[in-house]
Amino acid sequence: MPTQLLRLRVNGRHEEVAAPTHWTLLELLRYRLDLIGSKQGCDKGDCGACTVQIDGRPVLACLTLAAKAETREVTTVEGLGFMGGAEGCHPLQDAFDRWDAAQCGFCTPGILMSAEALIRRLGRPVTRDEVRDALAGNLCRCTGYTKILDAIVDASERIHDAGEAASA
Amino acid sequence: MKNFSLLRPRSLDEARKALVDGAPKAAPRGAGLDILDHLKEGLPAPDALVELRRIEGETGLSLRAATAGADGLELGALSTLSQLAESPILSGPYAALAEAAGQAATPSIRNMATLGGNLLQRPRCWYYRDRELVCLKKGGDLCLAISGDNRYHAILGGGPAFYVHPSSLATPAMALDARVRIHGESPREMPLDELFVGPAEDPSREHRLAPGEVLTHLILPTPEAGARSAYFALREKQSHDWPLVEAAVALRLEGGTIRHARIVLGHVAPLPWRASEAEAKLVGQKPSVELFARTAELALAPARPMTGNAYKVPAARGALRHALHRASGLELPA
Repeated sequence: MPTQLLRLRVNGRHEEVAAPTHWTLLELLRYRLDLIGSKQGCDKGDCGACTVQIDGRPVLACLTLAAKAETREVTTVEGLGFMGGAEGCHPLQDAFDRWDAAQCGFCTPGILMSAEALIRRLGRPVTRDEVRDALAGNLCRCTGYTKILDAIVDASERIHDAGEAASA
Repeated sequence: MKNFSLLRPRSLDEARKALVDGAPKAAPRGAGLDILDHLKEGLPAPDALVELRRIEGETGLSLRAATAGADGLELGALSTLSQLAESPILSGPYAALAEAAGQAATPSIRNMATLGGNLLQRPRCWYYRDRELVCLKKGGDLCLAISGDNRYHAILGGGPAFYVHPSSLATPAMALDARVRIHGESPREMPLDELFVGPAEDPSREHRLAPGEVLTHLILPTPEAGARSAYFALREKQSHDWPLVEAAVALRLEGGTIRHARIVLGHVAPLPWRASEAEAKLVGQKPSVELFARTAELALAPARPMTGNAYKVPAARGALRHALHRASGLELPA
């Protein structure tokens, strides 16, 4: 099986890893780098459970060839804590905990990555409609989404308030 | 997933050579979303992917850029749907294309999917997409849609196969009189509608690119003053769904009178469906509710629904009326 040596940055770390040329980024993350937060759900772009960020934009790791991520900046749910500034929980993760926004949790990593990109792109508290649009490709079969929307709107307000306080 | 080799040419000429050498089992890859689907689902798929994203220099940049030139807008084939949806350059007369790009699939897929891939993706017919089932596109002798579940199939221009054209960007692009630029043995351009091949001509393919040819740009001619456009699609779900029917309209008004009209319907036929007769009736008229209702009747008059898709006829009429009203700025009656 032809393999390739790939150099990429994942969650701020340089990685050099050999993998078959036909592997997807999702397979590389899960089966070479042991980053199993990104989930292999439908594996065909329907469910969004594998959503990661490449250069800050949410994409589907199951539809991205590993080779395409070379020299790019990949962020997975495992890197989300670092994006909050301090080590540990990202405000989104904290909000999901407080709002009970996860049940089985399978969709949560993908939803967090879509939501983080939305909040960062808009740079202000987000509305429920904006969250609905941004999560159009992330399926959740447990929650009915209500708590997820609550948590994301709440997190965006807290992130905004913290930013205001820091710059005051 | 089926294995394949990945080639990374640095120029369009190298890409062309790789595609010619590998023909017919090599395919150019933009985002590769539909190709990956074929590889995973066990559908007919290439052995070699020729990566277009590594093409360097000015050519590489132009493949992912939207630039305004003397002849109009040039959109690189590797532009993502997100880029097109957000591009300030695609406002005003070109709005229909940005609207279609912004409604397709989901945000994360729009961040990946390319313009070229959207135009050249294979049909989404469930008989084609099931590896176990017979299909004229896969060398079979039968279109199962005729006697099967054809709720999403063609009401216009079908036969011998009854799939609908999958590209939501082709619909507005054709309404905007788009051309495509092709890199091949000698570079060439052609109107977008001439790129597509219908099932009566050859059910095995949807475009007439020769092996080694690469679609590099979509070109939208500069519209005259007073031009505007609109797109409207109906879906079963609000997002993450293929349209049931869609309509794109480009109009030019002069002193309140329509001087130019293009109507293209999508997801109703194996090709983006131009309603020329209905267009002709618009020219010289002033926008009105009655005129647009008559236009929609006329555009769907040739429809021949199958056993399960008669709903598409009034749905397409409605989508077209929406698009006509939005393009002209005339409010749609409640």
